[in-house]
Amino acid sequence: MTVDAPPPPLADAPLMRDWIEVSPTDGVTFLSGRVELGQGNSTALLMMVADELGVSPDAVALKTARTDRTPNEGFTAGSMSISFGGQALRWAASALLVQMLDAAGERLGRPPRDLRVEDGEILRNGVSTGLKLLDFASAADLSCRVADLAKPKAEGDRWKTFRDIPRIDLKERLVGTPFVHDMTAPHMLHGAPVHPPSMHSALDSLDLDALRARPGVVEVVRDGSFVGVVAVSPLASARAAEWAAKNGTWEATRFEAIDPVEFIAGSTADAETIIETGNVNRNIGRWYETTVSRPYIFHGSIGPAAAVAVWDGDEATVWTHSQGVFQLRKAMSLALRTAEEKLRVIHVPGAGCYGHNGADDVAFDAVLMARAVPGRQVKVVWSRRDEFRAAPIGAAMATRVRALLGPDNVLTAVDVIVNSAPHTSRPGTGGTPNLRAAAYLENPIQPARSADVPAARGGGADRNAAPTYKVDAVRVQRRLVHDLPYRSSALRSLGAYNNVIAIESLMDDIAHDIGVPPLDFRLLHMTDQRSRDVLERIEAGTREAREVPLPEGAGWGLGFARYKGTGGYCAVMVRLEVDGDVRVTDAFAVADVGEAVSPDGVRNQVEGGMLQSISWTLKEAVQVDGSSTTVESWTDYPILRFSEAPRVSVELVERPGAFPLGAGEISQGPAGAAVCNAVKAALGIRVCNLPITRDAIIAAANA
Amino acid sequence: MPELREVSCRVNGESRSFVVDPMMPLLHVLRETLGLMATRFGCGEGTCGSCTVMVDGQAVMSCDLPAGEVAGKRVETAEGLDGDPPHPLVAAFLDHQAGQCGYCLPGILMAAKALLEGESAPPSRARIAEALDGNLCRCGVHARILDAVEDAARRSIRR
Repeated sequence: MTVDAPPPPLADAPLMRDWIEVSPTDGVTFLSGRVELGQGNSTALLMMVADELGVSPDAVALKTARTDRTPNEGFTAGSMSISFGGQALRWAASALLVQMLDAAGERLGRPPRDLRVEDGEILRNGVSTGLKLLDFASAADLSCRVADLAKPKAEGDRWKTFRDIPRIDLKERLVGTPFVHDMTAPHMLHGAPVHPPSMHSALDSLDLDALRARPGVVEVVRDGSFVGVVAVSPLASARAAEWAAKNGTWEATRFEAIDPVEFIAGSTADAETIIETGNVNRNIGRWYETTVSRPYIFHGSIGPAAAVAVWDGDEATVWTHSQGVFQLRKAMSLALRTAEEKLRVIHVPGAGCYGHNGADDVAFDAVLMARAVPGRQVKVVWSRRDEFRAAPIGAAMATRVRALLGPDNVLTAVDVIVNSAPHTSRPGTGGTPNLRAAAYLENPIQPARSADVPAARGGGADRNAAPTYKVDAVRVQRRLVHDLPYRSSALRSLGAYNNVIAIESLMDDIAHDIGVPPLDFRLLHMTDQRSRDVLERIEAGTREAREVPLPEGAGWGLGFARYKGTGGYCAVMVRLEVDGDVRVTDAFAVADVGEAVSPDGVRNQVEGGMLQSISWTLKEAVQVDGSSTTVESWTDYPILRFSEAPRVSVELVERPGAFPLGAGEISQGPAGAAVCNAVKAALGIRVCNLPITRDAIIAAANA
Repeated sequence: MPELREVSCRVNGESRSFVVDPMMPLLHVLRETLGLMATRFGCGEGTCGSCTVMVDGQAVMSCDLPAGEVAGKRVETAEGLDGDPPHPLVAAFLDHQAGQCGYCLPGILMAAKALLEGESAPPSRARIAEALDGNLCRCGVHARILDAVEDAARRSIRR
């Protein structure tokens, strides 16, 4: 299938020069508004343009996300880099190819249709002309509209020059210094924020003169309850900020310390109906029901949030690992009450992202601190404690699924209600900055109440709340719970993780109840061939391993979903052993993401998604005290370690030419579901309140 | 004010001297004084392993190791693995594409190097996992990393 309609990003950035730079010294550079979050998308994007041109990927360059140059492609989120950003780049490359071949045809006195490109060289009717394609780049007229010229290659013509390539940036990440944390500049200073204990706390007293006199401190910035220390070294700023945190006092609005998951699950706030097909109010057959909840979860990047900022007169530049440089610029302009044009925001890699973390907040902290030392770059790296206390966290939620099994053992109705804290509070959305410090400046701007993510963008709390199965009547309702003081925002796969677990748990329970193998019961409710293929392949791929007799307390489990109902398909099977704690020994996945631009990159994303999900499912819960999180260090928040990691295997269903569907968020829900179902298979105990710790198993057994 | 002291040691095979507060964590000396920024700050309290380096052949977390303690010792950081050809561990990590964001990788490389240098036969996967248990990886690349270290062990340790 070739995509005929111009990719959506071309609507706001229609010209070739929006996407391409040609320079005599730097050659051809493609411009992308997408950011590299550690997922390898810059490699895949470069592969797509090089493939379209018929050149080697190292023959062209890629420049990503900066407000002064690249297109605004919104947030790099939701597994859409390849589907949207990559397709737009492919079209831009195609337009450039058309112009270059026109110029070469003119030089040769031949119609361009006689010419084609192989490994960067121009061939005429299959014979070398001795001409290099990219030598004609300077002849391009970049003021043309991409969509007027582009004829992207048909599927059968792709991937002739090369197929998969290794990550272009991995070596630098192994032994080099690619991160915003590693930036250096002459006379650079180092800042550390003194975060109020919660977003609802106001600074009561702090001896700023004494703080200014701490070793190495150059400047102390105070604006409302925002306090930042600028010092000569990272250590000096960190130690001064620690001193301030110990010696200052803050007045906090107190909230009742209630169990947030119970509170959310028990909410009777108005429910909004998101999907209603058919009438779920029927009674022929038997209703089954389950409720699955998860606590708040940290993004938990290994590198804390960081940024570098500098002011020049009334203009600022900030280097950031934000997911959306344009959105961060807008957010900061709202908070600073300055024109967006005065702010330049440039993406530089940070540690793994996994969603809306502290990247934007720290960038604003850096801008506030750098304003006090004009002309000097200020680097701010949050402490580990800042990371656990101040960054947005993944939403706690509870999903109740009811399913009606008809007399012929086929589901006739599924009724889902999702109670959840909001899954987005991204910067610059809802007309407010949504930057942490903006809420407690002298002229504060409180974050707007989150409307969560609309269904048109895959939904937030309700993402994947509709089962990936053929059922007559489906109703999905969403109940957003705003009354808790914790700041929740996007974490990889949003509500899909918990919703898929809830649905897949119930599918397994019903199958067991009626004595049908769980996989067969799912197949009964599938009309779509791609879903069937993924399930049948996981069945076949794990058959041999599943025939090995299991020891006591061991089990296998299955989970499946099509991400967002419109994205990639993924089935996961895990084998685990329970000996007090649960240990997943093996994890298998089969994924169909449409055309995989970088097959190994896709496998890596699916593997990583599974392991992260296994960590969430078995270990992770953010502790809170009624006004903020109480986690101080990794000791309070264990995540999966090497000795706990399963062997993994990922099989891709090859779909050459099929629309690319994204890979980064397809495996979390299925992997979590597979673990829950395997625990049930191993112990006969259904654990519905995540994570599945030793205590949770005991509680479920006694329930 | 803390008393400053001259500390001399070998870093990646070169003699280096620096005048510092001997209680300053080695991580900060490496990054800020010596400009060796491949060693990364993750937590500052020895709980994540991002800052792992080798001191006299042993893997240690440099964020809570006083710089004064490396006087006269051999310090190795990830920069030292970037030769031509690169160290077998780096080659294996590239071959297996064992990384996503990569923030944890230099620390993991050093923990793995310390393990392999202390073994006379390629260690088991379980032994490797145990040696890397102090290093956190959040992207979920554990399986590839274990594959890569196993592979490097086979390449570099001969029975």
